[in-house]
Amino acid sequence: MSRGPLSLILALAVCLVVSLFGENFIASKFAYYYDILITIGINIILATSLNLVNGYTGQFSLGHAGFMAIGAYASASWSNHLDPIILGMLGGPGNPLATNVGLFVSMFFAGILAAIAGFGVGVPSLRLKGDYLAIVTLGFGEIIRVAILNTDFLGASRRLSVTGSYTTLFWTYGSVVLCIYVVLGLVHSTYGRGFVTVRDDEVAADAMGINTTKYKVLAFVIASFFAGIAGALYAHFKAFLTPEGFNFFRSVDVVVIVILGGMGSTVGVTVAAVLLTILPEALRALAHTQFVPPAYQGLLENRLILYSLLLIVLMLTRPQGLFGDRGASRKRLSRSRGD
Amino acid sequence: MDSLLKLHDCTIRFGGLTAVASFSMEICKRELVGLIGPNGAGKTTVFNMVTGVYRPTEGDVFLAGERLNGLKPYAITGKGIARTFQNIRLFNSLTVFDNVRAAFNLHIKHGPSHALTRGKAFLKEESDIEKRTLELLKIFNLDRLREAMCKSLPYGDQRRLEIVRALATQPKLLLLDEPAAGMTPTEKSNLMRLIEFVQETFDISVLLVEHDMRVVMGICKRIYVLDHGVKIAEGPPEKIRKDPKVIEAYLGETEVEGEGRNSANAETPNGER
Repeated sequence: MSRGPLSLILALAVCLVVSLFGENFIASKFAYYYDILITIGINIILATSLNLVNGYTGQFSLGHAGFMAIGAYASASWSNHLDPIILGMLGGPGNPLATNVGLFVSMFFAGILAAIAGFGVGVPSLRLKGDYLAIVTLGFGEIIRVAILNTDFLGASRRLSVTGSYTTLFWTYGSVVLCIYVVLGLVHSTYGRGFVTVRDDEVAADAMGINTTKYKVLAFVIASFFAGIAGALYAHFKAFLTPEGFNFFRSVDVVVIVILGGMGSTVGVTVAAVLLTILPEALRALAHTQFVPPAYQGLLENRLILYSLLLIVLMLTRPQGLFGDRGASRKRLSRSRGD
Repeated sequence: MDSLLKLHDCTIRFGGLTAVASFSMEICKRELVGLIGPNGAGKTTVFNMVTGVYRPTEGDVFLAGERLNGLKPYAITGKGIARTFQNIRLFNSLTVFDNVRAAFNLHIKHGPSHALTRGKAFLKEESDIEKRTLELLKIFNLDRLREAMCKSLPYGDQRRLEIVRALATQPKLLLLDEPAAGMTPTEKSNLMRLIEFVQETFDISVLLVEHDMRVVMGICKRIYVLDHGVKIAEGPPEKIRKDPKVIEAYLGETEVEGEGRNSANAETPNGER
């Protein structure tokens, strides 16, 4: 077997071992940190998959939370309605085999459904460029949220509770590994260079025989698939879903991670996902220490203020992001200047 | 000689404006043909028609007997027409090597799923492409710069890299859009030798759209002259040089003062300013 798939299997094995031996220990002794760990994993999946669209392929999507919502609600409904049957066949709710198979199937269902949605949105809208695509994807995200808000079957504005919180470290970080592997494996091939050519110069890519629309749609579908997976993990982690959890700001959060990490840098985006998940928690901890006067506590706890500040500073000092390659950022900046 | 590209009575209208009027052209295999004309003559429109950016309003474009009307630019490249751009368009965030490698995309058998499973056949094809990319770069003396970012290359090298990248798509016909623009006289004569070299080495046809008379007259066997979207002359360089219509188009009419085309910037067909 060649090096690529071998390293994937190794990484998955490590996730499995850690999960088998460390899961209960961490979850019981350090419940708070366990929560953060899972959230970090979900954010890495969201950000590295969006990076394929926004970073490597250079399309600006603002609707990632919409696909995540589709995945979350799809897997929740799947588990709520079909788990009794599946779990019954596999030895009841307490059986680890049953819960893991249940989670896997519902995750897969979520990913596929989100990917189909990604295809449906991508085919017509990827003809648009730059800001127009951003507006369409933003609109799509909001449509999904409002649709859920008005669907009684999905809990409408009440909460939708999810049967079983099956999400484990293995499934979370296994998905992280798979997502990173897919993105890197694709991009680092002759075929995958096509994504970057679409970003760099669509006209030239077209003239080199590269079907730019196909690449854009493919990037979009893969990103949606993993957003759906992230949604499923989120659903089975929180066990409660509200449409408000998938609003516009959720999409912005992911975009901020991608920009901070550096568009077109998977390492950078992964690091940024870790940093930006820990940061609000660290600030919250800081806000409640004696060093901070109570009047300023709210300021520190509001991550949006901080994000904005962080982005302003970053754009002034390092427009390509923490790890980004300069090509991507320059293109983005020159586009926003209008040339 | 075998005909490769054939334009049959092609007309393009933009609203009321006829940019190119019933233009016919034929390029044979292994032929180096020039297309010239003063500013705004419709050279670029013809170019865009052949590469699929515009669709002819009337008339047909054939490549080796196959009709190309209405195909998308990437599909036309797939049929065997590659091009370069007047204002160099390289993939700026990629290295010299990857710029060329990306253009091999057209002929690879493996798709995205193979890139993930990384089987033996996939890896072999990847290393094949790597080898062929290096060979191509070596021919043009660019292999020492393979890891350089392409935007850091000097202007002449960027032009050459663009030609190399176009050749990586394995074209039957190479279209060069004003390759001499912005070059010094030395660079221009190097470019002329390069174009002849490319034509001979890769055994392809070349259509050269150019402003610079010296370049076109120097290397093209046959030249088409456009003015106001109409073909006014065609033939070997010696004939074009003496054609009164061509001289008039380039120098402007002298009878009507002030109303003629701006002749101050135009070059004479002999290449003298």
